[in-house]
Amino acid sequence: MIKYTEDHEWVRMDSDTDATVGITDFAQEQLGELVYVELPNIAASISQGDDCAVVESVKAAGDVKSPVSGTIVSCNESLDDTPELINENAMGEGWLFTINLDDPTELEGLMDESDYQAYLTSLE
Amino acid sequence: MNDKNLHYTPLHSLHTELGAKMVAFANYSMPVQYPGGIIQEHQHTRNHASLFDVSHMGQITISGENAGQALESIMPMNFIDQPLGQHRYGLLTNDAGGIIDDLMVTRIATDSYFLVVNAGCKVNDLRHITEKIGKHVTIESHEDKALIALQGPAAIDVLAKWVPELSNLRFMQASNFNIDGNQCFISRSGYSGEDGVEISVSGDQVESLAKLLLAQDAVKPAGLGARDSLRLEAGLCLYGQDLTENITPVEANLNWAIPKVRRDGGARPGRYPGYTIIQQQLTQGPKRKRVGVRPIGKAPVRAGTEIVDAEDNVVGVITSGGFGPSINQPIAMGLLEISVTTIDTRLFARVRNRLVDVEVCKLPFVAHQYKR
Repeated sequence: MIKYTEDHEWVRMDSDTDATVGITDFAQEQLGELVYVELPNIAASISQGDDCAVVESVKAAGDVKSPVSGTIVSCNESLDDTPELINENAMGEGWLFTINLDDPTELEGLMDESDYQAYLTSLE
Repeated sequence: MNDKNLHYTPLHSLHTELGAKMVAFANYSMPVQYPGGIIQEHQHTRNHASLFDVSHMGQITISGENAGQALESIMPMNFIDQPLGQHRYGLLTNDAGGIIDDLMVTRIATDSYFLVVNAGCKVNDLRHITEKIGKHVTIESHEDKALIALQGPAAIDVLAKWVPELSNLRFMQASNFNIDGNQCFISRSGYSGEDGVEISVSGDQVESLAKLLLAQDAVKPAGLGARDSLRLEAGLCLYGQDLTENITPVEANLNWAIPKVRRDGGARPGRYPGYTIIQQQLTQGPKRKRVGVRPIGKAPVRAGTEIVDAEDNVVGVITSGGFGPSINQPIAMGLLEISVTTIDTRLFARVRNRLVDVEVCKLPFVAHQYKR
């Protein structure tokens, strides 16, 4: 299952309690070529909506808000040297971090794929 | 879907055709980048040649018998002795010694000077210039003219096809030329740190000229994003960030733009707005100065970021900051207290409530390639 936020983050459930988080293709397209990614600390406790990572392109810095509350399990260390992975594959190799969810019911408030596509259309 | 509050350059439909991402800049709809992206456009400029639309900038002619003298009363420059065809960088100053705008001036006739001013400043500049010297000179704003820049090591070679004589022009000289039937005023100049030209041409003709240049193998379009990363690597100032009405030319480390003839001991010292303050700073040194700032790690440090010393005292602010594609690291310029402006001084930037190590460094980050 994959869900989306209005701020263009995605969260994909890897098990009942753990999820992977990233930014969407739309978000990377808006930012342009990424040159630096700041990731959260492992074991950090984060609330839904907190600024938890920063993605920086040549021209701007974008805050990433956590789509869910929980504890950071791991971060995508490949992004330290190759932040452009996010431009190349935002939904795959360009993932940001994995998180152990405090409350999986938070997901119910997020958009599914078709809702998100409709939301993108509404932004045009 | 044109926004009626925005201005559009004569190349707007070409930008759209080329797939540009358009943004509002200084009240103009301008291309920030094309589909290749900022880094590719930046690298292409350094290695080949890029075409930039800079038609949003103001083009103004000031003429009259005493035009040079009049202009000297509002800018600390040597207009009276400026050779014909010489292109120069200059500053409009206010009474407090601050900078109203930075601009380029070419003497196009004995009694006539051609100015290129910043887009965001042009309305204010025209009002200011008219107010100060309008009684003594004729001021003409060329709204019908477009301006394009061809920047990069291949620029002169590309143009040689139509204007071989362009290679005789040295950097910071300008003249009239004809490119494939288009009457152009070309200065060998630019704001990328590379060799290249800026071409002033009628708004009616600019699209066909741009298409002609883009059809050449070495030429690709580039937007404001690459223009910004190129000028920052070259250590060049951006008005509104590195230069403002509250920053003097001496603080901006632009002393070289104020010729000796307009300083104390020169033939025509002072008699321009802000002279007392600027001369005092030239003599005694400023309290703060623009310098290069290199973040030690990979995190970019953006404009507006506070700089602190080891005791957490605020010692300055970043005025321009981003990423330098040619050197593959973050780069910045800042206005710092004079006591910390020695090269290699280690300081800290307060980025998102943590401290990033930075050091004061020499400018430019990438050497200029001007053909003088």
